[in-house]
Amino acid sequence: MTKLTDLTIAEAREGLRAKSFSARELAEAHIDAIDRANDALNAYVLKTPERALEMADASTARLKKGEGGALEGIPLGIKDLFCTKDVRTTACSHILDGFTPTYESTVTANLWAEGAVMLGKLNNDEFAMGSSNETSHYGPVVNPWRRKDSSVKLVPGGSSGGSSAAVAARLCMGATATDTGGSIRQPAAVTGTVGIKPTYGRCSRWGIVAFASSLDQAGPIARSVRDAAILLKVMASSDPKDTTSVDMKVPDYEAAVDRGVKGLTIGIPKEYRVPGMAPEIEKLWQQGVEWLKAAGANVKEVSLAHTKYALPSYYIVAPAEASSNLARYDGVRYGLREKGADVISMYENTRAAGFGAEVKRRILIGTYVLSAGYYDAYYLKAQKVRTLIKQDFDQAFETVDAILTPTTPGPAFALGEKSGDPVEMYLNDIFTVTVNMAGLPGMSIPAGLSSEGTPLGLQLIGCAFDEETLFRAGRVIEEAAGPVFKPQDWWSKR
Amino acid sequence: MDQKTEKSNLIEGATGEWEVVIGMEVHAQVTSNAKLFSGASTEFGGEPNSHVSLVDAAMPGMLPVINEGCIAKAIRTGLGLKAQINLSSVFDRKNYFYPDLPQGYQISQYKNPIVGEGEVIVDLLGGERVVVGIERLHLEQDAGKSLHDQHPQYSFVDLNRSGVALMEIVSKPDLRSSDQAKAYVSKLRTIMRYLGTCDGNMEQGSLRADINVSVRRPGDPFGTRCEIKNVNSIRFIGQAIEHEARRQIDILEEGGTIVQETRLFDAKTGETRSMRSKEEAHDYRYFPDPDLLPLELTQGFVDGLAQNLPELPDAKRARFIADYGLSPYDADVLIIERESADYFEAVAKDRDAKQAANWVINELFGRLNKEGRDIVDSPVTADQLGSILDLIKAGTISGKIAKDVFDIVWTEGGDPKAIVEGRGLTQVTDMGAIEKAVDEVIAANPDKAEQAKTKPALAGWFVGQVMKVTGGKASPQAVNTLLKQKLGIE
Repeated sequence: MTKLTDLTIAEAREGLRAKSFSARELAEAHIDAIDRANDALNAYVLKTPERALEMADASTARLKKGEGGALEGIPLGIKDLFCTKDVRTTACSHILDGFTPTYESTVTANLWAEGAVMLGKLNNDEFAMGSSNETSHYGPVVNPWRRKDSSVKLVPGGSSGGSSAAVAARLCMGATATDTGGSIRQPAAVTGTVGIKPTYGRCSRWGIVAFASSLDQAGPIARSVRDAAILLKVMASSDPKDTTSVDMKVPDYEAAVDRGVKGLTIGIPKEYRVPGMAPEIEKLWQQGVEWLKAAGANVKEVSLAHTKYALPSYYIVAPAEASSNLARYDGVRYGLREKGADVISMYENTRAAGFGAEVKRRILIGTYVLSAGYYDAYYLKAQKVRTLIKQDFDQAFETVDAILTPTTPGPAFALGEKSGDPVEMYLNDIFTVTVNMAGLPGMSIPAGLSSEGTPLGLQLIGCAFDEETLFRAGRVIEEAAGPVFKPQDWWSKR
Repeated sequence: MDQKTEKSNLIEGATGEWEVVIGMEVHAQVTSNAKLFSGASTEFGGEPNSHVSLVDAAMPGMLPVINEGCIAKAIRTGLGLKAQINLSSVFDRKNYFYPDLPQGYQISQYKNPIVGEGEVIVDLLGGERVVVGIERLHLEQDAGKSLHDQHPQYSFVDLNRSGVALMEIVSKPDLRSSDQAKAYVSKLRTIMRYLGTCDGNMEQGSLRADINVSVRRPGDPFGTRCEIKNVNSIRFIGQAIEHEARRQIDILEEGGTIVQETRLFDAKTGETRSMRSKEEAHDYRYFPDPDLLPLELTQGFVDGLAQNLPELPDAKRARFIADYGLSPYDADVLIIERESADYFEAVAKDRDAKQAANWVINELFGRLNKEGRDIVDSPVTADQLGSILDLIKAGTISGKIAKDVFDIVWTEGGDPKAIVEGRGLTQVTDMGAIEKAVDEVIAANPDKAEQAKTKPALAGWFVGQVMKVTGGKASPQAVNTLLKQKLGIE
């Protein structure tokens, strides 16, 4: 029999209903895996085994009565950006030391309402600012994947590095994540997992620690396209507490998964063929095109003319919003407080000690671009670029149903390899930020291995609120790429 | 000197006359049970931090949700100010750090306010009229309150007010005296009370003003202004302007220059003092709040609110003058409070309106003021006052007795007619009885009767004596006529 931790959510769902195993057994298998793995991977910053078992037993009781929700008994990991009632939530920042919310985020509340089981809180870059999970106050996460014949520690991507690593290493069946510039898709790509950032407004942001409000969006990381569909269906909702969430019915994503791509037109944006693109990325992309064609899709070239301005504009808009969103962490009401002679020095000491270097850098950038005299040149200009990027996509979607691109410029890099150069780090998001700037849905699907033997992903971009097409095309790529995306377990303690 | 200035408004300095120029930013708390972006209560006087939601305390991940009721009230106020209503407006973040500002920013409206230009007609009781331009009205959150007197080392923070909806009403620099400024704020308060959009309660902080003051020689361009922050009574507004104008004039007359700065008014000394200079001013880094979509209204929504506006003070004033023949002064006094105007109209219905106005203003308001009571809890109802006037008109009681009856109703309550009958206060109109009393008084005072022939003013003394004898119940007209006859006064 397959190990319980190797099951997909869809498989576990069947097993639980058939009573092949209990929710408690499933939870225990994961708790055990986490206990043996976490020293090596550091994916969880807080384990909640008692709560998991309690929730699992409640699931068992419901299943016994023939009841139970869409995720009954499914053990999940929760990114530490999601506020969880009575469970410490810090966004992996020192400044939120010991903060325990009295409330539950809408997304996680939706999961628990459908019977999901919480295993614990997952590591992430501090306040979701990073692409390698190296900015976390709790230390970096290690990618369960290694290069061939190497024990060099690789990053799991970021900011949802704990989510991607935990899902890839079988430390949960699926995880919540958030994506502001690529924080779901890039980690999914470098860990061989599936990640989808839905359309802005699909998931409520209520109760998620804010990074950049106009870009932040929650989504799942899972081990299959179907699992991602199952999770997103539950996570998404229209929420009166978040006025940017959209009042639209959430479709049955799982039903879309097997619909195929026959008759769909897939766009290939010529501007994504950046100079110096690694040949293996180029090759992977071409492979994706062939797979989709073989499944009956038409493929045509499209133009997204303002792509090259997306990354610089993103690094104006996101820090600007962050500089304001993070002003509330002032030591007055919760979290860290460092003493000072007066209130100003208390602020200064608290924020100096509480924020890490990358967060400080972005607060400073954001404060600068919003300052009197610079606002028009930076923030306003960036917002105009954003409008142009949206128009590019609107135009492209007049003739195509979805767009295919690589997710990242390359495979997982080593810990410390890029952390010295912020711009090099920011370039990881070059293919993903445009999607956030336009508010569109984007999905990363594992599509092949690099020359180093580590995973690479392809990205599908859809029209606003058309996640279904992404699940359809994603499943075609997943099927064509084959079941090769499992890292060799080197991390578990015996 | 421009059209707005009457000669009498100029201030005499050592070196000649000066003109003060005033613009105001009035912060009016929206009458609402819930805050602007959260469902927490706005009730005044709760235990510290008892009316605070997760949003008001800026807990991580919390998001603002617009209170539609507050939007409607802002629009109503805009309509009352005859202002442009902007169908599209934007909420911005005004960023600064302060312990009683939990988010680290105030949600306000910066470039695109909900209400644009309008005007307010201000009639001073002396007869002067000023038309004050309104620049804009925007919605914003109030901050909490820092308490510095609770602990030797620490300041405490009370967030009950944090997030309460305020309307900031910005005037153009159209005011030219402290009296105009006071009258302007009073008028704003009257308009908002009519509309039910702000209770105007200055003691509870529902209405505060930032005052921009500058001085210049008549005819010169505007001088450099200073802003006096957060003045919370109409009397203090007057004092602050008087002091600030004088301070600036003194500096200029001594050859100095005015430094643009923010100042505070000290109610204890009646003076203003420097708070921060222009250089120390914050860079608020305004930008549109990404948690809130732009506010889009339909014309239909605005039209619906416009159709349900009450009669506003200016229209009421004009109607009182035209329909009731009241003097502008009486009309002004009666319309200040909607309840007073309603009371007056109830008394004046089918009666002599001028007489009704006199009784309401002199007897009723006089007594209310004396006892510090509000029109809404007047012990004498409009019906009761009306029937007192009816008794006068019917000749049943004299004006003097009527005042006694008013006093009885005030202190004891009851139906005036029954009181008059029950206590025998009915006016004596029996000419025989009055003549008898007149004769008695004349007979008892032959010297004075003799003098009265040459000094007709003495008739008044006789009237008083007759009234005394008759217990005040004699009809004054009858007494007068008889006395004149019998004393031989023409």
